[in-house]
Amino acid sequence: MNLTLKIWRQKGPQSKGKMVEYKVTEISEHMSFLEMMDVLNEQLTNKDEEPVAFDHDCREGICGMCSMYINGEAHGPDRGVTTCQLHMRMFKDGDTITIEPFRAKAFPVIKDLVIDRSSFERIQQAGGFISVNTSGNTQDANAIPIDKHAADTAMDAATCIGCGACVASCKNSSAMLFVGAKVSQYALLPQGQVEATDRVKNMVAQMDLEGFGNCTNTGACEVECPKGISLENIARMNREFFAASIKG
Amino acid sequence: MSGFLNSSIGRKYTMALSAFFLMIFILQHFAINILSVLSPDTFNETSHFMGTNALVQYGLQPVLLFGVVYHFVMGFILEIKNRNARAISYAKNNGAANSTWMSRNMIWSGGFILVFLIIHFLDFWFPEINTKYIQGDMSGLLADGEGYRYYEELTHKFEPIWRVALYCLGFVFLSLHLLHGFSSAFQSVGANNKYTKGLKGFGKAYAVLIPLGFIFIALFHHFNH
Amino acid sequence: MSVLDSKVPKGPLKDKWTTYKDKINLVNPANKRNIDVIVVGTGLAGGSAAATLAELGYRVKAFCYQDSPRRAHSIAAQGGINAAKNYQGDGDSTYRLFYDTVKGGDYRSREANVYRLAEVSANIIDQCVAQGVPFARDYGGLLDNRSFGGVLVSRTFYAKGQTGQQLLLGAYSAMNRQIARGKIEMYNRHEMLDVVKVNGKARGIIARNLVTGEIERHSAHAVVIASGGYGNVYFLSTNAMGSNATAAWKIHKKGAFFANPCYTQIHPTCIPRSGDYQSKLTLMSESLRNDGRIWVPKNMEDVLAIREGKLKPTQLSEEQRDYYLERRYPAFGNLVPRDVASRAAKERCDAGYGVNATGEAVYLDFKSAIERYGLEQAKIQGIQDASKEKITALGEAVVEEKYGNLFQMYEKIVDENPYKTPMMIYPATHYTMGGVWVDYNLMTTVEGLYCIGEANFSDHGANRLGASALMQGLADGYFVLPYTIGDYLSHEIRTGKIPTDSPEFDTAEKEVTERINFFVNNKGTHSVDYFHKRLGKVMWDKCGMSRNADGLKEAIAEIKAIREEFYKEVKVPGSANEMNPELEKAGRVADFLELGELFAKDALMREESCGGHFREESVEIDGEQKGEAKRNDKDYAFVAAWEYKGEPSDAVLHKEQLEFKDIELKQRSYK
Repeated sequence: MNLTLKIWRQKGPQSKGKMVEYKVTEISEHMSFLEMMDVLNEQLTNKDEEPVAFDHDCREGICGMCSMYINGEAHGPDRGVTTCQLHMRMFKDGDTITIEPFRAKAFPVIKDLVIDRSSFERIQQAGGFISVNTSGNTQDANAIPIDKHAADTAMDAATCIGCGACVASCKNSSAMLFVGAKVSQYALLPQGQVEATDRVKNMVAQMDLEGFGNCTNTGACEVECPKGISLENIARMNREFFAASIKG
Repeated sequence: MSGFLNSSIGRKYTMALSAFFLMIFILQHFAINILSVLSPDTFNETSHFMGTNALVQYGLQPVLLFGVVYHFVMGFILEIKNRNARAISYAKNNGAANSTWMSRNMIWSGGFILVFLIIHFLDFWFPEINTKYIQGDMSGLLADGEGYRYYEELTHKFEPIWRVALYCLGFVFLSLHLLHGFSSAFQSVGANNKYTKGLKGFGKAYAVLIPLGFIFIALFHHFNH
Repeated sequence: MSVLDSKVPKGPLKDKWTTYKDKINLVNPANKRNIDVIVVGTGLAGGSAAATLAELGYRVKAFCYQDSPRRAHSIAAQGGINAAKNYQGDGDSTYRLFYDTVKGGDYRSREANVYRLAEVSANIIDQCVAQGVPFARDYGGLLDNRSFGGVLVSRTFYAKGQTGQQLLLGAYSAMNRQIARGKIEMYNRHEMLDVVKVNGKARGIIARNLVTGEIERHSAHAVVIASGGYGNVYFLSTNAMGSNATAAWKIHKKGAFFANPCYTQIHPTCIPRSGDYQSKLTLMSESLRNDGRIWVPKNMEDVLAIREGKLKPTQLSEEQRDYYLERRYPAFGNLVPRDVASRAAKERCDAGYGVNATGEAVYLDFKSAIERYGLEQAKIQGIQDASKEKITALGEAVVEEKYGNLFQMYEKIVDENPYKTPMMIYPATHYTMGGVWVDYNLMTTVEGLYCIGEANFSDHGANRLGASALMQGLADGYFVLPYTIGDYLSHEIRTGKIPTDSPEFDTAEKEVTERINFFVNNKGTHSVDYFHKRLGKVMWDKCGMSRNADGLKEAIAEIKAIREEFYKEVKVPGSANEMNPELEKAGRVADFLELGELFAKDALMREESCGGHFREESVEIDGEQKGEAKRNDKDYAFVAAWEYKGEPSDAVLHKEQLEFKDIELKQRSYK
């Protein structure tokens, strides 16, 4: 199929960007979206133009690196997939596809479609861990039985890949789903209890500091999340945060 | 606690708490108003009680005022913050694919409700305050002293069609606001569990039926007087 | 006497590691604060090493090319992690895990290392649970296990189909804690482009900031390379797009020997290639073979009809199908080890029986499993005379419960419903057992330069068992390196800060800069991918699942020719001083073009079939094992460590003879 692409081009972090139009031809419907981008880049290289920079790595939907806003949705129109798993059969011959970077003040553009998500890193550093040293003599893994339901729910929260689609889709650029998922994972496990109070307070404080917006419960994040992280995680974080604030 | 109130989640909590208060208030307001349809006398008596009872006037009324002001002011503050969280907006954004119109436009439905409220205050609340606390007439009686004035005032206000239309529109926006706001408030305070589905259904019913009731009252008085 | 000293401690196998730990030199906490360690790569091995070294008190600088340590490709591992916990009481033990690993590796790994790996495996699970890794649990709240890769016990711990992700996030969280404490300085979006040696010791690296293009110097008292495997030498593999061998290859060029490059694992259950545009291959967990039956049509007419779309696989009767694994290996059937399953698929496709347009696919069919589970469920639920549809529905529900996420992934990629029509699969490069040679301390042949995880030549010999890669990465990073590196660093307490303005840093930086300038100024005619794809084709065709002397000789010549053409004709758009993905690729492919040749040279030298390395000349000629791989323990029971001497063709072979004192060498039989 033949397609028209409107892509955000921006030379560097300080430069002004703009949408630029390209044409690609003979795209197979079996291609992934990023393979279609490869075709475009090969074409640009051959014409001595600079290829479009975009983040990608594993190309199997788990590393969380790819981050395109396609036709007005994070990771495009399909559900439960990242950009790299989006296939061209979702589009029709002759379509015009708009491709933008994930946009948020806390995710500044580095180049073209590449964004800086280090704000997520700093949130995790603020408390996204359990303080246990590697000693080789921690207690036996089966010493504390964990309710299967709690373990499974923690696992569901832990499947977050940190791609930032939640922030990109949120009209407020809120990072609550991401932070909620991480807080939930630890809140649900006995190992996470000791530091629970400080963890949620520190992570939320860092989240606010990074300039993410506030959650208004539109639920867009849950719909666009490639891993189906539930809004329940945000509710759980709200509870945790409230309880932690009361404890002081 | 000051940290709590300055945090994004803390502010959402307080938005939700003020919303709960306002939703209960609206329910109570509706319950009294519907009396005007069912029994003008009971309506008059209840109105007089509410208008002169010290606990209501000096206790609940300031809380209500604070709740209303807080909900609006914080709503606008959060909206500005949220807008600032995205410096460049998308060239193409398909919000309808992942969220409801109501959830994305709370600021507009809320803004219109504010306009409506101002008119509503000019219509009822300021005259009340004027009569009671500036003129000092706490009797609640009509100028000729023949019975309470509340029902008369109410029906009088709903004579002009423009005001009825404006009120109806105001309630339509209230409905839109509540269609998202009701369940959103529960989510904000962390209530998301097995009851959520049922609660959402109840919220939708509340969001449609209560404003519809208000509209009915307005139309009833317009066409019956 | 070989120049290679494995430094394996004396004494009985079972006591080696304990005795070793008792006797090594330690560094006191006050001195640790003044010692710098660089860790390149933040996957399971690098991430866990960086976190642990920082906990111990060293000043750590960690580097990754991704925008976060959490994105390293360890994250993509699905199935699980082995540990000799014996929670199931099914007879597992440290020795048994050790034995299975050595045997699975076709007796080409170092005994002492593998035993140590098995020994610390149980600690890994304890550590990860303490970190909050949500492993699967049973209804009693205890950890669940699954069996994996044809071993006789259930020792695999898992977290849904995302075990690698959860373990990596565990290591990442441990890193975050140290970053927050200021003990790790994290350099995201940085790529190591060379190692710096001062007086024969590794003293730092040259790295490029991938955002600004800036070339940076970083010094340290020791350098740890944990940059993963080189599977992308095939262009198409299940590795991430950015996975590369540059760090490993650069240290090889600076004196670290490269061992057994020809040992690569081709994983049998991957989604087949659909066209030339394909950029990578997707793996589906090996666990699918527990329930799926692999087949191709018996008759060539059916194959052709299927390819033309005139016939559907579901229309073929049982008699018209060739369940070739069950036919060839009645004892193990569809559960033969990875290398055997992969070669058998290739054999059928080479014979012309491949079932998709490219001729490179076989069926993995769940019909029997769905029926079997359906009947079982009908019985359990007490449904009398269940209809065929009801049985299918019940069976599908069971299969969905077990493999739902994999089936969904397949459907998203291929656009076919695998519940209704058989899946198509084909082998793909997945893991490289070869890598940088290291001694018992995980130190390379360069002093102060360590190599851990998939990047080293590892504990897996010639073939890796399922669920062992995660175990090795974390064992190296959490429990082995932190001890062994201390022994070395105890001699560095008087060294003081390593300056970065020395002539050695000057020279290294100059070389790096010149190479980058060469690429951006080379006015060639073809993109980097053009050359990478050509290299990949040669590797796949001639150094793939089966190899022969003629093919390997051709490969060596062809790779050399592609390399020469690459340097003349490669075109890299953009400049050096900005984010430039094409420039990054150019440097990586340049290294693959050298590594590929050494790979073929190593494969040519090894005139035996072992594990992932199958030489067509070395097969059993008769008897029950006719046509199967034939190992040659008399002549090839050694690690081939190659020393860099300029061109890959000049590389010098050093042999580390493998001694098996606790295990008897046997032929692997799956008949």
